[in-house]
Amino acid sequence: MTAALRFDPIRLPSECEQLRKEVRAFLADEIAAGTFSPFKPNREDTDVPEFSRKVGARGWLGMTWPKKYGGHERSFLERYVVTEEMRVANAPTRRFFVADRQSGPVLLKYAPEHVKMDILPRICRGELCFAIGMSEPNSGSDLFAAKTRATKTDGGYLINGTKIWTSSAHVADYMIAIFRTSQPTKENRRHGLTQFLVKMKQPGIQVNPIGQITGQFEFNEVVFSDYFVPDDHVLGEIDGAWKQATSELAYERSGPERFLETYYVLTELVRAVGSKPDTRSAEGIGRLVAQLHTMRRMSVSVAGMLQAGKEPVVEASIVKDIGTVWEQQLPHRVRDLAAFVEEDAGNRETLERQLSFAIKTAPKLTIQGGTTEVLRGIIARGLGLR
Amino acid sequence: MAESLMTELLMEWLAACRHHRVPCGQRLSSLWLFPIIERRKKLAPCSGVIAGRTCANAISGNAVAESDNIVVETAEKIFADLADAQTINHDKKGGWKAPLWRALTEAGLPLSWVPEDCGGSGASLAEGFGVLGAAGRFAIAVPLAETMLAGWLLAQAKITSPDGEMSVAPASPKDRITLNGDGTLSGRARGVPFAKAARHIAVLASGNGGVSIALVDAARVRIEAGLNLANDHSDTVTFDKVEPAAIQPAPKGFDQTALMLMGGVTRSLQIAGALESMLDISVRYSNERVAFEKKISKFQAVQHNLARLAGESAAALAAATSAADTLANSSAFDSDAVFLEAVAAKIRCSEAAEKGGAIAHQVHGAIGFTIEHILHRYSLRALSWRDDFGSESYWAVELGKRVAARGADELWPLVASR
Repeated sequence: MTAALRFDPIRLPSECEQLRKEVRAFLADEIAAGTFSPFKPNREDTDVPEFSRKVGARGWLGMTWPKKYGGHERSFLERYVVTEEMRVANAPTRRFFVADRQSGPVLLKYAPEHVKMDILPRICRGELCFAIGMSEPNSGSDLFAAKTRATKTDGGYLINGTKIWTSSAHVADYMIAIFRTSQPTKENRRHGLTQFLVKMKQPGIQVNPIGQITGQFEFNEVVFSDYFVPDDHVLGEIDGAWKQATSELAYERSGPERFLETYYVLTELVRAVGSKPDTRSAEGIGRLVAQLHTMRRMSVSVAGMLQAGKEPVVEASIVKDIGTVWEQQLPHRVRDLAAFVEEDAGNRETLERQLSFAIKTAPKLTIQGGTTEVLRGIIARGLGLR
Repeated sequence: MAESLMTELLMEWLAACRHHRVPCGQRLSSLWLFPIIERRKKLAPCSGVIAGRTCANAISGNAVAESDNIVVETAEKIFADLADAQTINHDKKGGWKAPLWRALTEAGLPLSWVPEDCGGSGASLAEGFGVLGAAGRFAIAVPLAETMLAGWLLAQAKITSPDGEMSVAPASPKDRITLNGDGTLSGRARGVPFAKAARHIAVLASGNGGVSIALVDAARVRIEAGLNLANDHSDTVTFDKVEPAAIQPAPKGFDQTALMLMGGVTRSLQIAGALESMLDISVRYSNERVAFEKKISKFQAVQHNLARLAGESAAALAAATSAADTLANSSAFDSDAVFLEAVAAKIRCSEAAEKGGAIAHQVHGAIGFTIEHILHRYSLRALSWRDDFGSESYWAVELGKRVAARGADELWPLVASR
C-alpha cells in the first residue's frame, strides 16, 4: 500500500464522560449567569477575562502539562472533551485558546526553565492571552519568506518589521513569533528564522486593528520598531525555527475547532424544521450529521494517536482539509434546507442572523492555520508524490 | 504430528510477517489452507499459557489483537494468491472462482461468524469485520460477505449453517418477507446479492407472532437474474408459499433494521477497502505515467486531486471501522448511538465511493476506462455496494428523522456519545 493512513476507532475513556458532565454543567451555569449566549456565535467580539480565569480555576487549562508548571497531567483526550464542549456552546474562549493549544506546548519544549516557571502557571490560571506572529505582508502560506528582522544587540535582539493577520494581538499579553536572524542559504531556503517569545503592550510595538468582512476587528497588523527582546526569550535553535514548526501542526490542525466553527447553524436548522421534518429536510440533515460524525471520529482518532506519542501529521492535515471545507459549506447547505422552513418557525430570526454571520465567516475557514492548498501539498508529500 | 508441525510453521510465518513486514502473499503458499477452526483450537491454550518456543514467538501482548491479525492475514493470503485483480480481469471464463471459493471454505472464512456448535469457525465479529475490509481491498467478487452475513443471521436463531454459498433476504429495508399462518414464506426481495450463486438463503420474515429467521433452499424460490454495475449478480428473489428448511423465532429486539445495519456496515467496510486500493493504484499510476515531459504526479493539480482521494479514503475507513468497532462491542442494535454509527458509515462511505472513485478515474485518464484495466473492479463495485441494505439517501432520511425527533439540543449529545 502506498500510504498507510490510520484512523483507528479510538473511544474516549470513561473518565472523559464524567469530565464532560462537569464541563456541561459549568457552561450551563455561565450561560444562566449571562456570561455569554450560546445563540451568539460571534464570540470573537467578546473578551471575557473572568470567564478565562474561571476555566483556569476548574483545571481546564494546561490540562496535559506537568504539575510543576501549573498543569494537571491529564490526557490529551480529556482536553479534547473540554475543547469540543466549549466550542459547541459558543463559549468565549479567545483569551486562552491559543495559549492553551499552541503557545504553552511551544514554551514547554523550548523556553528556558525560569521563563516556563514564570509564564506557564499564569496560562493555566487563565490570566494570559497569546497571539501567533507568523504571517507578514508578503509572507503568508510561504512562511519561510518572512523578513521581519531580529538583529543581535547587547543582551538580546532588536526587532524591526511587520506581522499581519495576527489574531487577538490587540488583547494579547504575549506573542510567539518567528523573526529573521540570518539570510536563507542556497541549500536550505528555510534556514535563518528563529522563534521568539515577545511581550506585548510595550513601547516599540504598535498594534493596528484590521476590519474583517464579518464586521469584526479580530486580526491586526503589528509593527515592530527597534523593539528589544532579551536573549532568554529565544525559543529553541537560532536560525532553526523550521525544524520546530512542523511538530506543532498535528496539534493545531486536527482538533474539534477545525470542523465545529459553524456548527451552531445545524443546531438551529434542526430546531427550525421541528420534530417531523419533510423528506428533503430529513435527508439533508441526515447527510450533514453523518459527515459531522465521521469527521469527529477522525479527529478523535488523531487525538488518540497524539496521546500515544505519535506524530500523525498527514492524518491531521486530512482532518483539517475535510473539516474546514465542510464547516465552510455547512452554512450554505443549511441555507438551502432552510428555504422551505415555515415562516412562523419560532427560531427563524435566530437562524437567519446566525446564517448571515456564518456565511460571512466561511471564507476564512479554509485559509487560517494552513490553507487548503498547503494542506493538500502536505498530504501529497505523505503519499510520496513530492 | 503433522498438524503440530503445521501449527509451528504457521506461527513462524505469521511472526515473520509481523516483525519483518514481509508481504504475506509471498510465503508458505499452502499454509493458508489451514482452517481457522483448527487454528483456533490450537491457539486457545497457547494464549493463556505460553507453552514453548513457537507460541512465545507468535503471541506477544494482547492475544485478542494478535488473533485478529491471524484471521485477516489468512484471508489476505488467500486473496493475494487466488484473487489477484489482474489475473481475474484477464480470465474471461471465470475459472478463478471455484479455486478461490474452495480455499476460502477450507480456511473456514465464509462461516467466520458462525459459532462452532452451529457448524462455523467461531471467529469474533471484529475478526470478521477485518476480513471484510480485506475483501474490499481485493474487490472480491464471490459471495464471501453474503455468506458471512447469512451465517451470522442464522446463528442469531441458533440455526446451523449448511455448506456452500449463501445470501440474505431481504437485502433492502423496503422489502418484506412474510411468514404465513401455515409456516410458509411469501414475498419478494430485490437486489439480493449473489442469489443466483447461492445454495441457501437466510431469510428474515415477519409474521403475526413477530420476527423469525429461516433457512431456505435456493432451489425452492424463484430467482430473476439481475446484474449490478460491476456485473455481479444482484437478483430478485420471490418466495411463493415456500417451506423453509429451518425456522426459529428471532431473539428479542432483533428486527429487519438490525439486519440492514449489519449489512450496511459490511458494505461500508468493503467500500472503504476498495477506496484504499483505488488510492494505492492511482498514486502508483501517477508516479509512472509521463505527460508533458514529466510524471503526472508532479503536477500540482494531480497532487491535490490525489490528496482529496486520500481524504475520501480516510473518511470511509474511519467511518466504517468506527461502526464495526461499535457493533463488535454492543449487545443490541436499538440505541441511537449504534444507529448513528452504522448509518453514518453507510452514508459517508457511499459518498466517498462517488467522490473518490471519480478522482481515481480522472487520474487514470482513458486507460482506466478500459475493460482491460483493473480500476473498474474497485470503482464499479464500490458504487454498486452503495445500493445494498439501504442506500445513503434512504438512511439519511431515517437519520434525519431520528435527529429531528430527538430535538435540536439533543443533537450534540448524540454526536459526542462515543
